[in-house]
Amino acid sequence: MSILLRNIRAIDPKNKVDETLDCLIERGKISKLGKNLSAQATHTVEGKNLCLVPGLIDLHTHFREPGFEYKETIETGTRAALRGGFVACVSMPNTEPACDNQNVVAAILRRAADSQFNIFPCGTISKGRLGKEISEMAELKEAGCVAVSDDGNFVQNSLLMRHALEYASMFDFLVISHAIDEDLSRGASMNEGHMSTVLGLKGSPNAAEEIAVIRDIALAKLVKARLHIAHVSTEGAVKLIREAKADGVTVTAEATPHHFALTEDTLTDYDTNFKMNPPLRNAKDVKEIHKGLKDGTIDVIATDHAPHAAEEKDREFKEAPFGVIGLETALGAALTELYHKGVLTIEQVIWKMSLRPAELIGLKNFNEIKEGSAANLTVVSLDEEWEVRKADFLSLSKNSCFIGKKFKGKVKHTICNGKLYSYDKEGVLS
Amino acid sequence: MSTAWTRKDLLGLRDLTREEIELILKTAESFKEISTRPIKKVPTLRGRTVVNFFFEPSTRTRASFEIAEKRLSADTLNFSGSGSSVEKGETLLDTGKNIEALKVDLVVMRHPASGAPHRLARHIKPGIINAGDGTNEHPTQALLDMLTLKEKKGRIEGLHVAFVGDILHSRVARSNIWGLTKLGAKVTICGPRTLLPVEAQTLGVNVSTNLDEVIHDADAVTLLRIQLERQQEPFFPSVREYAKTFGINQERLKRAKKDLLIMHPGPINRGVELSDEVANGPHSVILDQVTNGIAVRMAVLYLLSGVIRKEKNEDVDPVAQYSGH
Repeated sequence: MSILLRNIRAIDPKNKVDETLDCLIERGKISKLGKNLSAQATHTVEGKNLCLVPGLIDLHTHFREPGFEYKETIETGTRAALRGGFVACVSMPNTEPACDNQNVVAAILRRAADSQFNIFPCGTISKGRLGKEISEMAELKEAGCVAVSDDGNFVQNSLLMRHALEYASMFDFLVISHAIDEDLSRGASMNEGHMSTVLGLKGSPNAAEEIAVIRDIALAKLVKARLHIAHVSTEGAVKLIREAKADGVTVTAEATPHHFALTEDTLTDYDTNFKMNPPLRNAKDVKEIHKGLKDGTIDVIATDHAPHAAEEKDREFKEAPFGVIGLETALGAALTELYHKGVLTIEQVIWKMSLRPAELIGLKNFNEIKEGSAANLTVVSLDEEWEVRKADFLSLSKNSCFIGKKFKGKVKHTICNGKLYSYDKEGVLS
Repeated sequence: MSTAWTRKDLLGLRDLTREEIELILKTAESFKEISTRPIKKVPTLRGRTVVNFFFEPSTRTRASFEIAEKRLSADTLNFSGSGSSVEKGETLLDTGKNIEALKVDLVVMRHPASGAPHRLARHIKPGIINAGDGTNEHPTQALLDMLTLKEKKGRIEGLHVAFVGDILHSRVARSNIWGLTKLGAKVTICGPRTLLPVEAQTLGVNVSTNLDEVIHDADAVTLLRIQLERQQEPFFPSVREYAKTFGINQERLKRAKKDLLIMHPGPINRGVELSDEVANGPHSVILDQVTNGIAVRMAVLYLLSGVIRKEKNEDVDPVAQYSGH
């Protein structure tokens, strides 16, 4: 199969590309890049009003397989990812059984291969995500993991976290911290503040996140190891990370679309599609996240795609599980809330959704716009407007906090491992 | 009064307008007389079915609703579940749908989760009366408190009403805050810092940790029960210290206005939030609150059943019947 993209605006800030080009893809790679290529291909995409960008990579996806196939499978999650413009995802390890050994890693990679998708598994920091013993990381590395995390749980034991950071550094793992202090957030189902007082729900204060962030930064500094803070949601956490970076600590961070686009004010009606952990915060937090994205404090935009079945979400607020889906709305949200509102340039959006995630998990020539790079690319219309509709999601679960939202900027084609997936006006694979 | 009741449900006082709250209170006043008759029954809700759907233990609220329903001649059914729907294995929605399938008209609902009645109200046809949801609201309790204040003081506007104790977990305080501030009262909440909700000032109330200062200026004080059974977090060091700092005894009462009203939603921890003499003393209107609870609940049942009738296009307009009062 070959694909020819003609007269398309190609943007890749890493390779200093921003011009209208033709791009020929053959045998899974970019074989030719240039003006007016005289090539023939199986599929031709006319690039008028479209942009070709490095394929998106999500550092934070819950595929739910194995164990929770009623929420999402690697097959359905892949469909959602491709439609959202993603060419690769890092799968979170809170599966059942947890991804803490080579058998689970192998199973995930097998299912990813079946779906012809790129999944880079994240193993657990501790066995069974129980926070007691360090996982067998040498084995996880050998099996194909690129990162470790106890996502969903904070590693409450500081000594264990210290050793985990030291041990993981031998394998150059990205150690991803779900930084929320357990004691301060126990029983909480939303942000602590005005809205939790109005609704009579228990809240988790900003300090719960900031205490965890500062502890992990202190440990990363102590042992000189890489640390990645997942889903940053508070003003204070952004400031702590900014300060740590200036201090030379090897810390990176991600923010999710819901945390840069929404505040706790959306919660007035106990709608569990706005229940996630960390919770939606206030305008001043969103403002600082924007600032952090702009000045590079926050390296990456990640989805924290967390599918849950309707019957699980359609429960009393305090009993419903945390999390929202995000793969199919991430780019739309980023373009609408960040690019079109002047927070980030298009190059910055590409860095945060494609190039920087690739760097953090050690991928080279994976999704770049240059001859010889693997053909993992996303074709976007920056200006097409669309409405997020529940019925349109390809993800098995529909728990989105963006239902009814109007976005400007839409994925038109995703090229994953040299294969073309095209989406028509309704967003259906055509 | 020209305001007509149009809501299917009574979920909380946060959603209501001042006019709607006044309509309920006015209707309750007219219902109060029924409970003084030798035959305490009117046919207003004859043929209507009301389910008391209680997912949390309750003696007095349920008894009060049952009496109100019976005095209005409704057919009643008690449906109780222990613990949450999750423990039961059936979702709240399924239980609700089952109740709907029994073709009932109104559901009086108490549930340990904040927002549970709101969720159900969106999905089922019968009107829902919130009889307490988690730590969110308990609207009929606040309405009966307001009816008592209005009766004893002749007005609500301009009164200074204080709530003392565990405000953080109190649905009674929350409903009262919404209701009283809408009706123009000044509200103060008072308790240990650990049991005051964060950013409470944003609700338009005064916040204090000094009961002596508060009691000096208040027209009414509602003591909230300290939930001894729910002390999982270290909110205060001991009941002894709590009683000393936030309990009301004769000594502390000396600082108060002569006509201060002492109120309590019950059940009282005697010797903790109220000393024995104060609970039984002349300032206490605690038992008047209980009596007024029936009238308020009759009024709410009546107003909501009026909406059902209208939906069913019946010719009698029960709201109009009472508009002359």
